[in-house]
Amino acid sequence: MRVVRAKLYIDTHFSRPIDLDNIADEACFSKFHFARLFRTIYGKTPHQYLTEVRVERARNLLAEGSTVAAACFGVGFDSISSFTGLFKRRTGLTPAAYQREALERQAAIEAQPAAFVPNCFAENHGWNE
Amino acid sequence: MITKLNHVSVFVLDQESAFDFYINKLGFKVHTDASMGPGMRWLTVTPPDQPDLEISLMAISEGMMFKGDTAEKMRELVRSGTFGFGVFECNDLNATYEELKAKGVEFSKPPTKEFYGYEALFKDDSGNWFSLGQKDAA
Repeated sequence: MRVVRAKLYIDTHFSRPIDLDNIADEACFSKFHFARLFRTIYGKTPHQYLTEVRVERARNLLAEGSTVAAACFGVGFDSISSFTGLFKRRTGLTPAAYQREALERQAAIEAQPAAFVPNCFAENHGWNE
Repeated sequence: MITKLNHVSVFVLDQESAFDFYINKLGFKVHTDASMGPGMRWLTVTPPDQPDLEISLMAISEGMMFKGDTAEKMRELVRSGTFGFGVFECNDLNATYEELKAKGVEFSKPPTKEFYGYEALFKDDSGNWFSLGQKDAA
């Protein structure tokens, strides 16, 4: 299935400059037919999907402590201002604010992990002792 | 009045391998990954469009929950594909089937029209099976 192959190509190569028209060409589709087919299956255009994959990956990098610039360029965006705008539109937070929250949550988990486990599970495992 | 289900457990043979399967193959998201001490890890993941349903990937290890030889018995039951843990949903079953197969997910049943819907069956890396259905399939 050519659209699935295109999606898998985006999943693997998102951090590089991807020319979505090229993907359509390689899949032997017209650009518009390809975008329509992609949207039918995945509920979004190839471009929207590529942005989503990049922002998702950037969230992980930020949560792991990458700088905003490293996250931005590391996932394939080429401008920090457009990255910040797209990131905020999708997550409601700027990359810096998202990172602050993610690192605070991680620190809270490390400090008191039991606070993040429903008590029934902790009791079953003897984690409360 | 109960309003929602927000946690469900899947028993897995190896949490690290399950992490790879559910995140990198199925495309789920990590919700909480907390170390509870040596060899004890609370790991929950969520389906991409359902961030409030945490699937807890529970290691089967000897302790309070599995006493005596029950852990080994449970591991054997999981490994041999005894447990079906649920039904996942996707927008396009054929496309999702192709994608997951390309990622190495093992299917015991390809997309098949049944009287109750359009369905495929796959196994996770431990042996737990799931049904995968298509939303609004005729």
